[in-house]
Amino acid sequence: MQLLSELIFWCFVVLTVGSAIVVVFHSRVIYSVFALLFTLFGVAALYVYLAADFLAASQLLIYVGGILTLIIFGVFLTSKVMSLNIAEQSHQRWLAVIPIVLVGAGLLMLILTTPWEIKISAVRPTTQELGQLLLTDYLVSFEAASILLLSALIGAMRLARFFRTED
Amino acid sequence: MSIIQIIISAIYLVGMIGFISVFALVAIWLERKVSAHVQDRLGPMETGGWHGWSQTIADMLKLLLKEDVVPDAADKPLFKLAPYIAFTGSLAAFAVLPMSANLIGTDLNIGIYYLIAVSSLVTISIIMAGWASNNKWSLFGAMRAASQMLNYEIPVALSLLVPILIVGSLSMQELVGAQAGGFWNWTIFGAHLGGGSFLLLPFTILAFVIYFWSSLAEVNRTPFDLPEGESEIIGFQVEYSAMRFAMFYLTEFANMFLVSGVAVALFLGGWHAPLPFLEISPETSILFHNLIGLGWFVLKAMILVVIQMWLRWTLPRLRVDQLMHICWKVFIPFSLANVLVVSLLAVLQS
Repeated sequence: MQLLSELIFWCFVVLTVGSAIVVVFHSRVIYSVFALLFTLFGVAALYVYLAADFLAASQLLIYVGGILTLIIFGVFLTSKVMSLNIAEQSHQRWLAVIPIVLVGAGLLMLILTTPWEIKISAVRPTTQELGQLLLTDYLVSFEAASILLLSALIGAMRLARFFRTED
Repeated sequence: MSIIQIIISAIYLVGMIGFISVFALVAIWLERKVSAHVQDRLGPMETGGWHGWSQTIADMLKLLLKEDVVPDAADKPLFKLAPYIAFTGSLAAFAVLPMSANLIGTDLNIGIYYLIAVSSLVTISIIMAGWASNNKWSLFGAMRAASQMLNYEIPVALSLLVPILIVGSLSMQELVGAQAGGFWNWTIFGAHLGGGSFLLLPFTILAFVIYFWSSLAEVNRTPFDLPEGESEIIGFQVEYSAMRFAMFYLTEFANMFLVSGVAVALFLGGWHAPLPFLEISPETSILFHNLIGLGWFVLKAMILVVIQMWLRWTLPRLRVDQLMHICWKVFIPFSLANVLVVSLLAVLQS
């Protein structure tokens, strides 16, 4: 059964990386956005393989259900919705090489220097521990994130109502 | 994971698809009959035998045999993909629906959270379908659907938090198991907290009502059927025909059963009978324990489905601004306050 599990794992890897390549290289934005659906879904599946069940479901709920839908809205509302060819082209390709090399080298260094500890342990639920940690050890960062989101919400409302006259 | 488990899972998957198909056949017939009764019409009587029972079977055969038209100007890959993603999202949610004591795809530790997460795939597929059709009306329908489903996800999740807080678990079977032993133990009557004093009764009933109405909006049923308002924009599936249209239709009915099933599992005792002596204990016969449980679950869910149909043929459609008003100014504040009160009581109790 190990074999089957590994086979499915590689299927998810191919799905994730393949759709990520489409996201980056496709010339039509809408295809990139819909390919992002499969990338985010694949990442959620990889979380399942890492025994992070709560994180996987959160990935689906927040990224696929929330953020991706908002990105699609953004694409629809900023271009001509009715034209099927919302296309874009890349500029300054040579300048882009510098950050690519820097980020790539950084990632590679991190991968090579990290002592990867492969430990196969029984899968156990993480939700309760996550909840405990969020409300004890990481309470300050949790609350800070809430305040940040609240201020973003208020700011967005203010911007949305700014140009409207009282009715 | 052994090979036997995989085979059992595959059988369960096929069984669920079969169940959804049969449910859709029955529900479409029921929809016609309920609408006819509500509006004082006869409904299917002449064709299809006794009360038109075979009419939907003929409909299904027609949809299977019809030509699959893909519009020339549509975005073909996305147009073809969308119905499958819609059905996948709906089917994946059925994996954690507790049909009876042992009849559940997998009793995930985070069952209800997974269910809410995975059913958001339907929203994406509707936008995909609406955009790829390259039709103004279907795009309007898709935009309406997406904004509506995004908004109503919030009151749905907040009102589902109430039973989760009361029981203290996200697992579907644990949520159902806490409601065993008669209808007075169901979450909707809020008896677990407060030592059977029914202190929580108003809050749990409020949570149930908000959940039921918001779930109507989530599955695009009247009075929230703006995405497919037949008299104005027809909807995101206007360009679809034959099997691809049938997939969307199947998804809609599957979702109707799904939201009713969630309401039953979390508020109305799941597969437990309303009175304890109507159940067969697992010691007597494990098979009949499950069969009776399945019967009660489907019966309760079907009652809610009929209520959905009843509402559909009784109420007129809302306007978009009324829809947003109800969501943001009524449902969300009330369900937030509800969660606050229930969690305060839960803290006081422990």
